[in-house]
Amino acid sequence: MDVAVIGAAMTPFGARSAWLDDLLATAALDCLADAEVSTGTVDHLYVSNMASGEFEGTTGVMNALAADIGVMPAYTQRVGQTSASGGAGLYAAWQSIASGASEMTLLVGGEKMTHRSTGDSSDIIASLTHPVEYSHGVTLPSFAGLTARRYLDRFDVPRESLAEVAVKNHTNALDNPDAQFHKAIDTEDVLTSPMVADPLRLYDYCPVTDGSAALLFCPVSVAEQYTDEFVRLSGVAGASDTHVVHERAEPTWMDAVAESGRQAFEMADCEPADIDIAELHDMVTLLEPLQLEALGFADRGKGWQWAVEGRTLPSGELPVNTSGGLKARGHPLGATGVAQAVEIYRQLLGAAGGRQVDAERGLTCNVGGFGNCVTTAILEAAQ
Amino acid sequence: MTEQPTAFLAHECENGHLTYPAHTRCPECGQPQTGTIDLSDRAGEVLTWTTVSASPTGVREPNTLAIVEFAVDNRTVRAIGSTTADVDVGDAVRPVYVEQLRDPDASFRATGRQSWDGYRFEPVE
Repeated sequence: MDVAVIGAAMTPFGARSAWLDDLLATAALDCLADAEVSTGTVDHLYVSNMASGEFEGTTGVMNALAADIGVMPAYTQRVGQTSASGGAGLYAAWQSIASGASEMTLLVGGEKMTHRSTGDSSDIIASLTHPVEYSHGVTLPSFAGLTARRYLDRFDVPRESLAEVAVKNHTNALDNPDAQFHKAIDTEDVLTSPMVADPLRLYDYCPVTDGSAALLFCPVSVAEQYTDEFVRLSGVAGASDTHVVHERAEPTWMDAVAESGRQAFEMADCEPADIDIAELHDMVTLLEPLQLEALGFADRGKGWQWAVEGRTLPSGELPVNTSGGLKARGHPLGATGVAQAVEIYRQLLGAAGGRQVDAERGLTCNVGGFGNCVTTAILEAAQ
Repeated sequence: MTEQPTAFLAHECENGHLTYPAHTRCPECGQPQTGTIDLSDRAGEVLTWTTVSASPTGVREPNTLAIVEFAVDNRTVRAIGSTTADVDVGDAVRPVYVEQLRDPDASFRATGRQSWDGYRFEPVE
């Protein structure tokens, strides 16, 4: 059964006073309003979230949301796949519609993080690591530092090229009213910001963020009853890689990105050259070129050239992270994979405002851990 | 903290694949791991490193970490660990036992969940 997306919404990302339940409810109701669908129509409700219990001592967030917004007796499920929870939610929503189990599925992703110190947030996220990693104080940013040094050395990559990713994504976010940062930066800002995990600095990394995003799914046959303007989820696939990061044959190659991308392209019957726009998981600048390579857009070891040559600018051949990406839109863990698809949905329907590009087919890639689990999705304009 | 120091062992399946740490089944072939190889008395080579300037609570700061590759017969196995000094890519290092790598009481993970001792990497002169 062909699966459609007929509504999208997100809260502004950033430091928010609202707790997770309010953020989720706001995005959920805004999404239903966007699609002009009533709460009583929802058969399944999925909530993508990494760590509400750890961040704010709240569990069972999917049931709480169902009751709060009045979608009972809808089936509810929390989808947890660390920072790829949102992408995993896309997959769960697709499964629910494609299987015929649901005719209207609401997916809401969200996380509330900023009330915790950066050190505490970092430790909560690092709890996904193996004990032999955790005991040494390994964090996700430290995996990025280890991998960046290898990438720069092995492929003779100029350090400044990674800064270009941050500069681009900050510039893109200027036109996104929901983004966390509305501040242009230059390469000098990146290269003189405080060191976090040598050779990577503060402005190479995404911030800590609160926020929520939502999408509404149904069969294409049902979508046509509601609207002429919808998007097809034509490909979605997930894959996993080693839990222990140093066990990968080559640290700079993201196997789960490659595998999930291969399956998503096959399902959507298209190839990288057919993609007009992409939202990639730039938790750190390095990950944008690594995903361009693993997804088959760029040659191995050459992904860094795309930002340098302007090929990923909104005016380039493959605009990447027009939303600002995780770097500047922000990264509320469970919301991110959903927010990536919200951006593609809006771009495909011509509803992206000042950051609008010409696109008929878009791709999202949502990465959990440091490539431990990944979901890639392909969306297409219905017409 | 454990009473017996945690060993620094690579684990080997019946097909000769090596991993550190151990797995219930070999990630490469799915067979049980039946053998061990002590890495604590071997030198390895630094594959890559980073120095973390913003550590989680209970972790030293700055914290230099390295991925180190050990040669075992005609095979290799890698391990991650913190270092006792600055290192560079290609440097030879050897494991040095440390009773407590980070403060378990200040860490998010439950203290009984895992060992907190282990091996740092020390440059070989």
